[in-house]
Amino acid sequence: MTDSQTSSDAPSRLPVPRIAPSVAPSTNSHLEIDAVTKNFGPQEVLRGVTLSVAKGGTTAIVGPSGSGKTTLLRLIAGFEHPGAGSISLSGATVAGDGFWVPAHKRHVGYVAQDGALFPHLTVGQNVSFGLSASRLSGGRREVAARVSELLEMVSLDPSMAKRRPHQLSGGQQQRVALARALAREPELMLLDEPFSALDAGLRVATRRAVAKVLNEAGVTTILVTHDQAEALSFADQVAVMRGGRLAQIGNPFVVYTRPADRATAEFLGDAVILDAWMEGSLATCSLGGIPVRRPPAQGRVQVMLRPEQIRIAEDGPIRGVVVDTDYFGPETTVRLKLAVPPELAAGAAPDHRFPGGGEVITIRHWNASIARPGMELCLRVVGEAVAFPMDGNGQA
Amino acid sequence: MATDLAAPETSGSTTTAGRGKRPRPPFGVSAVSIIAVLIALLSLVPLGYVVVMTAATGWETAVRLIFRERVGELLLNTLLLMVLSVPLCVVLGVGGAWLVERTTLRGHKWWAVLLAAPLAIPAFVNSYAWVSAIPSLGGLWSGVLIATLSYFPLVYIPAAATLGRLDPAIEQSAASLGLGAWRTFFRVVLPQLRIAMTGGALLVALHLLAEYGAFAMIRFDTFTTAIMVQYQSTFNGAAGNMLASVLVFFCLILLVAEVRSRGTARYARIGSGAQARALRLPLHAYQVPAQLFIAGLTALAFGLPLTFVLRWIFAGGPGIWATDEFLPALLQTLGYGLAGALATTVVAFPMAYLAVRHPSWFSKALELSNYVTSSMPGIVVGLAFVTVSIRVAPEFYQTTVLLIAAYVLLFLPRALVNIRAGLAQAPKELDEAAQALGKPPLVSFIRVTLRLTAPAAAGGAALVFLAIVNELTATLLLSPNGTRTLATEFWSKSSEIDYAGAAPYALLMILISAPMTYLLFQQSKKVAGQ
Repeated sequence: MTDSQTSSDAPSRLPVPRIAPSVAPSTNSHLEIDAVTKNFGPQEVLRGVTLSVAKGGTTAIVGPSGSGKTTLLRLIAGFEHPGAGSISLSGATVAGDGFWVPAHKRHVGYVAQDGALFPHLTVGQNVSFGLSASRLSGGRREVAARVSELLEMVSLDPSMAKRRPHQLSGGQQQRVALARALAREPELMLLDEPFSALDAGLRVATRRAVAKVLNEAGVTTILVTHDQAEALSFADQVAVMRGGRLAQIGNPFVVYTRPADRATAEFLGDAVILDAWMEGSLATCSLGGIPVRRPPAQGRVQVMLRPEQIRIAEDGPIRGVVVDTDYFGPETTVRLKLAVPPELAAGAAPDHRFPGGGEVITIRHWNASIARPGMELCLRVVGEAVAFPMDGNGQA
Repeated sequence: MATDLAAPETSGSTTTAGRGKRPRPPFGVSAVSIIAVLIALLSLVPLGYVVVMTAATGWETAVRLIFRERVGELLLNTLLLMVLSVPLCVVLGVGGAWLVERTTLRGHKWWAVLLAAPLAIPAFVNSYAWVSAIPSLGGLWSGVLIATLSYFPLVYIPAAATLGRLDPAIEQSAASLGLGAWRTFFRVVLPQLRIAMTGGALLVALHLLAEYGAFAMIRFDTFTTAIMVQYQSTFNGAAGNMLASVLVFFCLILLVAEVRSRGTARYARIGSGAQARALRLPLHAYQVPAQLFIAGLTALAFGLPLTFVLRWIFAGGPGIWATDEFLPALLQTLGYGLAGALATTVVAFPMAYLAVRHPSWFSKALELSNYVTSSMPGIVVGLAFVTVSIRVAPEFYQTTVLLIAAYVLLFLPRALVNIRAGLAQAPKELDEAAQALGKPPLVSFIRVTLRLTAPAAAGGAALVFLAIVNELTATLLLSPNGTRTLATEFWSKSSEIDYAGAAPYALLMILISAPMTYLLFQQSKKVAGQ
């Protein structure tokens, strides 16, 4: 947990974050990944990934496609061998250091992108696939009872057990896949983009249902996704992956509001990035002076704000001219060209200290009628900004 | 909570899991590779034989044997046969497919099957029927007639499958861009048929090069018939070997042409969503001529051979069903067919597995070596196996094992294509899902991958079986002394002009082939989209 601080001191206007206790440093860690690498031929897919997942916690590994997140999941499942480093489950090394536990002995549940239901078996046979000959010696009747129980657990009618996978909708298939994975009562569940094949409405509903089931069962869960909104809403720990490395690990609120670098900031959501001058803990930019919690440097920096932190005010010194607007129904995005604030323009700060002025930024507002191209609006900033040093990732 | 589910190795102390087992590659890939390499090496025996024989003959002798009048004659015959028959097959195949799939032809469902039916009649049986009908038949034009009627379904089947699958939206777009029906056909439909047409045409050409019986029956000399004559007179002469090299050379040219014509073109439907049904052009006044055309073609290619086979059977009376000859030949054929189909499927599986699950230059090279071999005419494979077995492993000469091995090499791609398609239905993810559910790799392989591939593999095996039942050339060369198959028995009877005696064998071959042809036809409809 590189960033495990709570955010009780977060700006009050922002939503109160869900901080799961499991994010605390791992005294009861379930999964430990230590400096794992993986190459496919000459291509380095994972370049040393270290991650710890607490028992019962929900971790989302999020990153753009090709960042190595699915490979990491497959390593945990035991479908691939790590190049170097080690993976351990509940304290037992399952890969690396000369150890290798094959997938079928890891007791890890796995739900693939499209569900990977066996097309030649019925729903019931799919769900009971992992059960046979292991525990349920009570015969067919007990298997059938268990299948019904599992289907109900994922909000499916037990009568569906007789159907074939192709007779189900995408969302139902995913639920069956989850029920099948839950049948063996795994302590760790791996979900590989299980919702991405579903259409938008179904995706949210299925995600909620799955999260509920897994939470109630107390299963440690790792979700791989390229959808940052899904990651933020599903998990209590988000690991941002980029170029085979973990760029940031933390609870959703922290990684969203205080991203470690500019690329992470932009990946996790819309970001307003402005050149600024840092003095003490105050950054001066086209939006005026904005507090920064832990300035990484003094002097020239870049600051990052989320669009929802920028509000339209009745009056004030910070102004922008509307360039254009996009109407989305519940909200309207407004592109504004920022003016140079008068106190700065008047020479309150020397030019070299203030690099900004004239940037075009995007903000959001619920009221579409408030802005028309050419109108001048007054703006104010809520909360703190995050500053990135110019030499690092902050370089434009 | 899952400890009672755990296998003994992982229960107990949690830190002893895996106990120092070294990581090893996923299930059996190395073993599969080794098997595949061995098969590929075996499959290169025919080509290697031709190369070695040509080299051993010496440059001067080779030149003398290749550049002589007789070879020129054969070359002219073979080329004329191809130049005349292949375009005819394409025209009849595409025309038939278009009428059946894209016009309001009455009874198009029945015609669709009947146009594929000639494939159930081996070319040499077709030849036999035509010679029965017109005893004076002989020479180039007879060869063209029989070749065209026997092989046009090889173009018709892929063309019909493709036409039935073409996205009508593309044609509608062409119409909306101002193209009339004819221009749409030539500028939009025909180009999309290119793969089906060239693929079918090259297959026809390969069959023309390889066919022995049909042309021998009408005394039309091609390379293959000449090689057989040489073989029968001198057994293993340099002259025959040189003819074989020239033949192989032509086959390889066709193979390269096939690969090149495929290129990287992709005519699969782009985009998702339900596809509308193909458009059918109203025939109106052309309904009758179209019906006459299809009926005439079917009558010549299917009706006539069947009629003359039946006529001989009635003419021959019960005497021709001499059970002491007939039953052994039937059983022997079924035995070879089943053994060959099984062996081919078993051999094809590791190849297909490597190609689908572990694609690499290596698996591509393996597959290529198989396709090269499959383009070799049966006579070359037969010659190669005879020669190599006599020199290297005489104990295998004229044994069933050698014959089955030749069948495997000749018909491997039929099984390979099917198993590949089957494996595509059983993606790796399903195997992994089974393993994540606690099934060891071998169990998940059997219960998921093998189970899901089985139907396609069975289809492939059926096609191999069909091919073996009708195989004549390699069987003539390689079958153990005293064994008879339907094809060889038919051949020896009809060579002795005992046409009535040959008829039961012909009928049986047709009866066995008919359901398989139907299967092939059905299958082509399914894979056309890929």
